[in-house]
Amino acid sequence: MSDQNDPMAEIRASFFIECEELMEALQDGLQELDDGSEDPETINVVFRAVHSIKGGAGAFGLEALVRFAHRYETVLDEVRNGSLHPDSEAMKLFFLAADHLSDLIRACRDETEINESTSDELLERLDALLGEEGGAEEIAPEEFEVQGLSLSLDLDLDLDTATGDDGGDEAESTALYTIRFKPEQELFATGNEPAMLLRNLCDLGEARVRCAFGDLPSLQDLAPETPYVEWIVELRTDAAEPEIRDIFEFVDGLCELEITGGTSPLPEPQAEAEAATEPALPEAAPPPPEPDPVATTDTGATILPMGPRDAAPEPAREGEGERKATPAAKSVVRVDLERIERLVNLVGELVINQAMLSQSLDEAGLSPHSDAMNGLEEFQRLTRDIQDSVMMIRAQPVKSLFQRMSRIVRESSAAVDKEVRLITEGEATEVDKTVIERLADPLTHMIRNAVDHGLEATERREEIGKSRAGTVTLTAAHRSGRVIIEVADDGAGINRKRVQEIAVTKGLIPADAQLSDGEIDNLLFLPGFSTAKQVSNLSGRGVGMDVVKTSIQSLGGRITINSEPGKGTTFSISLPLTLAVLDGMVVNVANETLVLPLNVVVETLSLGTDDVQMLRPGNYVVRWRGGFVPLYDLGVMLGYRSHRQTDPGSIVLLIVLEDGSRAALVIDGIQDQRQVVIKGLDDSFYRAPGIAAATILGDGQIALILDPADVISGMGHIRGTDLMLSERKIANE
Amino acid sequence: MSEQGQNKDLELLTFRVADQEYSLDIMSVREIRGWTRTTPMPHAPDYMRGVINLRGTVLPVMDLARRLNLPSQETNERNVIIVVKLAGTLTGLLVDAVSDIVAITEDDLQPPPDISSDPQMSVVRSLTVIDDQMIRVLDLAAVVPVSSDEAA
Repeated sequence: MSDQNDPMAEIRASFFIECEELMEALQDGLQELDDGSEDPETINVVFRAVHSIKGGAGAFGLEALVRFAHRYETVLDEVRNGSLHPDSEAMKLFFLAADHLSDLIRACRDETEINESTSDELLERLDALLGEEGGAEEIAPEEFEVQGLSLSLDLDLDLDTATGDDGGDEAESTALYTIRFKPEQELFATGNEPAMLLRNLCDLGEARVRCAFGDLPSLQDLAPETPYVEWIVELRTDAAEPEIRDIFEFVDGLCELEITGGTSPLPEPQAEAEAATEPALPEAAPPPPEPDPVATTDTGATILPMGPRDAAPEPAREGEGERKATPAAKSVVRVDLERIERLVNLVGELVINQAMLSQSLDEAGLSPHSDAMNGLEEFQRLTRDIQDSVMMIRAQPVKSLFQRMSRIVRESSAAVDKEVRLITEGEATEVDKTVIERLADPLTHMIRNAVDHGLEATERREEIGKSRAGTVTLTAAHRSGRVIIEVADDGAGINRKRVQEIAVTKGLIPADAQLSDGEIDNLLFLPGFSTAKQVSNLSGRGVGMDVVKTSIQSLGGRITINSEPGKGTTFSISLPLTLAVLDGMVVNVANETLVLPLNVVVETLSLGTDDVQMLRPGNYVVRWRGGFVPLYDLGVMLGYRSHRQTDPGSIVLLIVLEDGSRAALVIDGIQDQRQVVIKGLDDSFYRAPGIAAATILGDGQIALILDPADVISGMGHIRGTDLMLSERKIANE
Repeated sequence: MSEQGQNKDLELLTFRVADQEYSLDIMSVREIRGWTRTTPMPHAPDYMRGVINLRGTVLPVMDLARRLNLPSQETNERNVIIVVKLAGTLTGLLVDAVSDIVAITEDDLQPPPDISSDPQMSVVRSLTVIDDQMIRVLDLAAVVPVSSDEAA
């Protein structure tokens, strides 16, 4: 994020992080509006998000961003004050504008080229919404830019000049306002600067600024971050009250602000004053407290608030985004991901160490009731708690990911000219951060596929009596220790006949292959497979689902298809909850130690004499509770031994696969059931099918972690083997 | 490992593989470890001995003899694993024994004769003679498989 030492770069970096959060709030708000929310707070949130982005962008001189955000904001403002009621077209435009805004932010962050023409086009359309008075307002960004930018003390001069000649003899046409401005602590915490506001006031006309610190406690009671002072400004200006209020726009709600007067030099309270509080006037009344040493000069007034300000900057940068986006949000700390990684690694080491310790205590032959063993048990529990907590730090809701997908749907549906509705469910489901990041690409691809290939063209949908708009549903849920993410469309389903034909013509399968529906569906994952008759912009370049599959697998996940002709297709991705730790069953196979994820093991049995039946040569099934379950010898499947060992008395693990089917694995023995730390196998060397990762055992040896479903689908039955071979062949070409 | 600089000093780690002397630029060697049992990887190419635990990370270990198509020796206690770093990744090379560290200059190196049919020669970068004995300098990049051509 910020590898430079330049403090500005750091602030800049945190601005862009904030922008991401603001964009999220913006997307959320727009979605709510689109769903018909009438809550005025929703549009406020939307408005504020754009506004804050504009504010930050101004501070960093990001002209293009400011320009766009400003006019976007202008339109939103119209919606906010009720003079514009967005119809669905307008909402679409708002979404587009939000998408473009996030593009702009990214372009500014990466300092890449900015797509001005899109900006212009969108702005034109936004302005069109406003009607006549809209587009004229180009100057505004300038005004506002000053506000964010400076930090300085040079205000003193301005104040001096402004207040110096007292402004008494000004033309009578101007009005005199009395403005009482009392910042609250949050004002400083969000990086605002009263001096700026005051200077802007001075720019409006003749101002006389007075600082009142009647509330100032004695030094020992003074809380350094609490502002005590307030300013009373007598402003003689020809500007109208709204203009004055505009200055305080950014600190709306962060200060007590009271504007009185307007026509006569005598302050007459006006009903409008938003944040008026009772003690305001009496406090404003006392003459400037001359005797106070701090206040003897005009500059004194500006020095005072520096205390809180100096104390504030850190929290201001850290917390600004959250505070603005969600008032009264829970407090959040931003932590460098690297630090968390370190913590995760350390906890991993801790778990390994604990395993070593318990192994050596076991070998020492201590009584299970000895203090040492009890202590060890406690230690194990704590380790697990620590580990869970650490993992929770890394967990993030999938919401941000889903929001990105809604953009993909908008763009891709526009590109192929289909009406598509995206429904998301389970946005709050938490997944490891790395998983979220690495899921974005595959998911994008799947969404595009669903829109492009999955859904029928609009006319076709109407013909067959479906709703005009197709629906793509994106679901996330936790299921038995894994995260399931589903992309479903209500389109035509997979045209299996066509898929098989294509696979044959491309030489992926033999022409006479007899494939089950599931196997045909899985052909989609073969490299070099593409069903689209025409290659569209979106998808159909022939690299696709196989890439998706590989990236999901590299996350330790699996992807399955479920398609029903005429009803639609569902792709399910199943992912491990964390990438770091696994509850595993440690087993022996052919003198090797292997780990199986505990959650797939349903039962262990030992084979009886006539439990094993031959289905056909090489294929065996085992009788289990009245049913038959295919039997595999792990040792043979992994190439550790060449002959199947299914003697009576062998131990068999009954596992359940994602699709609910079961399989029985022959192993030599079960060692233990314990947590293991997942060590990724480096991609730089040979990657074995069926091996998900590795772990380090208590004795320092490495054990491989199996992905049973992968092992079985990889080399289970003969047809599967054929597929594997052709897959290999393609990959090697 | 730049070959341009004339008279550039070079240190080589020499070791024995199947009774032959080989060597590697010492700059690519991270450490030398005693033999530990490897955990075999299923369905891996036969020169892949498996993986070992290198202080908490999983280190793939290659049997250098098999990689060079030399008769593989029985592994024993005297075997060592040379941990090398190539393009940021660590790999272990199982060799019979480490012999020596020799300092030479680039001038002492000779290009291997062009025997294109011998696949073994493609991994030998150059030859040198030390104490009347020919020593082959391995081209590490050619020895250690790159992910793309190994992943099926």
